[in-house]
Amino acid sequence: MTKKRIYIFFLILLLGLVAGNLAEPKYLNQAIDYLNNLKLPVFNSQLKIPHFPEIPFRLGLDLQGGIHLVYEADLSKVEAKDKANAMAGLRDVIERRVNYFGVQEPVIQVQGEKLIVELAGVFDSNKAIEIIGKTPFLEFREQKSEEEIKKIEEKKKEVEGKSFEEVQKIENWWLAFEEPFSPTNLTGQYLQRAELVYDPNTYQPAVSLQFNDEGAKIFAELTEKNVGKSLAIYIDNQLISAPRVQEKISGGKAQITGQFTVDYARELARNLNAGALPVPIKLISQQNVGPVLGKLSLEQSLKAGIYGFWAVVLFMLIFYRLPGFLASVALTIYVFILLTLFKLIPVTLTLAGIGGLILSIGMAVDANVLIFSRFREELRQGKTFSISLQEGFRRAWPSIRDGNLTTLIVTIILFAFGTSFIKGFALTLSLGILISMFSAIIITKNFMEFFQGKKLEKINWLWK
Amino acid sequence: MNINFVQYRKIYFLFSGIIILAGIFSLLFFGLKLGIDFTGGSILEIEYVNNRPSNQEIREKLKDFNLGDFSIQPTGEKGVILRMKDINQETHQKIIEKLGEIKELRFESIGPTIGKELKEKTKVVIIFSLLAILLYIIFAFSRVSRPIKSWQYGIVSILILSHDLLMPLFVFSLLGKYYGVQVTIPVIVALLTVVGYAINNVVVVFDRIREIILKTRLESFEQIVNIAINQTLSRQLNTSLTTLFPLLFIYFFGGETLKYFSLALIVGIIAGLYSSIFLAGPILVSWQKRMRGR
Repeated sequence: MTKKRIYIFFLILLLGLVAGNLAEPKYLNQAIDYLNNLKLPVFNSQLKIPHFPEIPFRLGLDLQGGIHLVYEADLSKVEAKDKANAMAGLRDVIERRVNYFGVQEPVIQVQGEKLIVELAGVFDSNKAIEIIGKTPFLEFREQKSEEEIKKIEEKKKEVEGKSFEEVQKIENWWLAFEEPFSPTNLTGQYLQRAELVYDPNTYQPAVSLQFNDEGAKIFAELTEKNVGKSLAIYIDNQLISAPRVQEKISGGKAQITGQFTVDYARELARNLNAGALPVPIKLISQQNVGPVLGKLSLEQSLKAGIYGFWAVVLFMLIFYRLPGFLASVALTIYVFILLTLFKLIPVTLTLAGIGGLILSIGMAVDANVLIFSRFREELRQGKTFSISLQEGFRRAWPSIRDGNLTTLIVTIILFAFGTSFIKGFALTLSLGILISMFSAIIITKNFMEFFQGKKLEKINWLWK
Repeated sequence: MNINFVQYRKIYFLFSGIIILAGIFSLLFFGLKLGIDFTGGSILEIEYVNNRPSNQEIREKLKDFNLGDFSIQPTGEKGVILRMKDINQETHQKIIEKLGEIKELRFESIGPTIGKELKEKTKVVIIFSLLAILLYIIFAFSRVSRPIKSWQYGIVSILILSHDLLMPLFVFSLLGKYYGVQVTIPVIVALLTVVGYAINNVVVVFDRIREIILKTRLESFEQIVNIAINQTLSRQLNTSLTTLFPLLFIYFFGGETLKYFSLALIVGIIAGLYSSIFLAGPILVSWQKRMRGR
């Protein structure tokens, strides 16, 4: 046996050892604790061996429990070129709100016109939805042209006192339900600060607004354009007030007055501060996983995985004996490496991911099964151990490559698809496939070669 | 060991023909019950603190909510899964209050638009996967050409794929009809994995046929195919078994979400094992004989 082969053999064992302890450092650290606590007469002091690093797995929502919300943004009033901007603004505002809620590592993603909010470890869906959704949507609207307003008012008169069916027969009946204001670019997106103030003349509570530079510019243009007309302030699509513009206002200060109570005005100011939404949103899907179910799912799927692993090991031992044992050791190292990668990358483990992981255990053995079947055929034909080994690997390779390639193609397409369940599955399965090829080709092969020219090689029943 | 698989091929064809017809019949008449991922709707999974009331009592309690056609499925000792149309947060809270002393384990509500979108997306994924596999088949078999053409290998593998895919679909249409089992995203994922798996099995057999043709120069194609099936038999069995073991454990112990995911894979893999031994090679032989007969 060459020296190089021995090096590789021990390198693989070392890799397995490191990966194994990274995947589950509990036992090693217990051993270290035990050693550290020993009273050693020789050194007259206690050992101080540092602990092996404990990196936790990153668990998905379905395994640790939490809330998954999907909102749809209403971008109908936003110009096409500004849509991405509006969504980014929406994301920022909601992130601020969520942080305010004190969630660890919230995930907030924009997908087209949808916003996905994932709050792991949060179980009170009512409160979460309230905090995210009840943020007021502030916008300024300008008066429509007099012609349009006239039309609307005429229609209103026409419609008055008629039943719904009758109304629908009137031409352009919907005009009667139009509001006299049309949307502008100025929304809560540009708000810098809002605060409760009292109107110096009436002593009524009001909310003063301060826009940022961009907002101030828009506000100035808007007021300049609308001198002598009303500029309406809408909150959550409700008209709050429509003060008349006396002159162009630069500096970006505005005030909302209305029949407010002090409490209402204070709450409004606070909510506006926390972030007014740049576009209105609607909750279209939610998924809540309670802490009990998450833990149960984790336990159940892990149990299934461990049983499945042992069943595969048992089968390999009975059917392939010594090579089966070697393949099982390789499989163990494979699982350790995979789990370590999940921790280091890190991959968020979901139920689907664990499904993919368990499935990949069966598939990982496939390469070994192919090799051993070939290896046995060659042995039976009376070839020597080392020639059979080389031939077995060489001939099994095209099948291994092709087989894994097909599954890899499918997983890549699945990954491109995007749903979190599918992504989790595709990611773990494709990682599994890549590592399993390494484990079958490098690890098992080196283990088998270790027996080349040894006495064990001669004991036929171990191999055939 | 040399079992003559090819000789009895008419029996397998008859057997498979009947099952395939039954499967197509079932899909056409019963269809598939799509899950809320695709149709929109809500799932509420709860656990009663004390004793679980009967389905009738639960139904009685919820009748004022106008939930339409909703189903109540008891799980475990005290658990219940309710499936209904998609409801908003307010209704959700009211239902929870109405149900009495319970722990809410899971709530999912998916709006109809998102379901529709997902359905479209899933269609695209299925089409892409099948196209990719098709390309792969064309590529993989362009190397084989004797004694039948490479495209014939391709056609046969597509037939086998359809067979392997039809079997789990058949099972799900029956389960949907009689037990209300739904086809959800995990099931679709499992089916696509079955496709990858099935093609793998077929490639192994066909590769072996090619190898024997090149190596032995045997004249009888029937004999060649039979040797190939025998030589790959242990691999096919072992690979399927090693994958089936973990899947069976997932099915029995892995919890609700992964249960039908593993079932689709189990049925697909068993179908794939059967078809790679009893159908793939024998169909090639029959086709070749028919061509020569002409």
